[in-house]
Amino acid sequence: MGEGANRANLPPMKEETYRRAAAGQHPANLSPEYKSTVARSPRQAPIVVPHSLSEITGPTMADERLGASEADLTKQRMGEPLGERITVQGRVLDEDGRPVPGAMVEIWQCNAAGRYHHVGDQHDAPLDPNFFGGGRVRTDGEGRYRFVTIKPGAYPWKNHHNAWRPAHIHFSLFGPSFATRLITQMYFPGDPLLALDPIYNSVPAGARERLQSSFEIGLTEPEWALGYRFDIVLRGRNATPME
Amino acid sequence: MTTHKLTPSQTVGPFYWGTLVSTCHAQLAPNGVAGERIEVAVQLHDADGAVIPDGVVEVWQANSHGRYNHPDDRRNLPLDAGFEGYGRASADTNGIARFSTIRPGRVPAANGGGQQAPHLVLSIFARGVLNRLATRLYFDGDPALGDDPVLKLVPADRRATLIAKKTPDGTWLLPVHIGGPKETVFFDV
Repeated sequence: MGEGANRANLPPMKEETYRRAAAGQHPANLSPEYKSTVARSPRQAPIVVPHSLSEITGPTMADERLGASEADLTKQRMGEPLGERITVQGRVLDEDGRPVPGAMVEIWQCNAAGRYHHVGDQHDAPLDPNFFGGGRVRTDGEGRYRFVTIKPGAYPWKNHHNAWRPAHIHFSLFGPSFATRLITQMYFPGDPLLALDPIYNSVPAGARERLQSSFEIGLTEPEWALGYRFDIVLRGRNATPME
Repeated sequence: MTTHKLTPSQTVGPFYWGTLVSTCHAQLAPNGVAGERIEVAVQLHDADGAVIPDGVVEVWQANSHGRYNHPDDRRNLPLDAGFEGYGRASADTNGIARFSTIRPGRVPAANGGGQQAPHLVLSIFARGVLNRLATRLYFDGDPALGDDPVLKLVPADRRATLIAKKTPDGTWLLPVHIGGPKETVFFDV
């Protein structure tokens, strides 16, 4: 196909692009207190690419059907898992506060004793046959999502002497494009391990606090489950083409 | 002006297998999808050259007609039923994440700057990797490589880090080095 034929297929020139993150929003790739970053971090500056269709499109998983049990991690096995039942809910928004509807939200976590359902986790804590620890939901038209799960436990790791991860739930989001892809971790408010955790503290102060969920009595369901809110903000679109 | 602050990134950690990642996203193209069928292998290495057996690789690509299966690609080109263009696979003990897919067509460059060479965009996650690492996979020998506008942004002596080569068994292999003397080019997307 010649260039002339292709030009007819070019997208409109007012293609929307996504804003670049300002400094101080994300962790540095090299965060030496988190020892695994030393041999696993690029040292050359990333090359800025103008946004083409390759960056402003991305997987939507529109064809994937989600079952109810994927939103309720307490209903994935024969019985109820042990631990403190909680709900985790919130909205996926962009930087302008606009909801991101139809976005896949995936989570995974350890059980109440601090052990993952994973062959590589050798922590001397019990597995719970009634807890698998993975869930997925799609946000609704207002960007809302909600999971039912149990509060994950803290667990030790080998980063340094007497190192313990604060209780956390892993989150994976795609948003509307390749550019908005995000994997992160949600923490619980008031956890004394947060101040000691090199992964949480790899994010600059002033930004890391956004990884803490908030306990809300209004989301707490009487006689049933504590409620936590965790809103997630993905990159917003430029009002005008930037490149 | 932004009114809401970004949620910061964190590592995927070592315990994603079975929950976040299973084998079901490594086969991108069911039977009947148009295009040249290819096998792609991405091998992850750390700065010391050791393979990374606990990493996740994601791919996103256009179909063989150069169309992305996404609402923001509004061009009048065919979509293939059953082909989204997304894949996710965990590295194996040799640090290799494998995908079965089709060779993508060319897609337009940003701002009317011509056409890009066929490529996959890649996201890489691993324990010790705090931010998604974005890179690209191009195909060795493709006649369009010479005028790809993104490759032109890359210093000539580093472009080879983005170009997969065909192995004797026909697999397209891209070594990715997260640091070290062979460091792969990563992109700010």
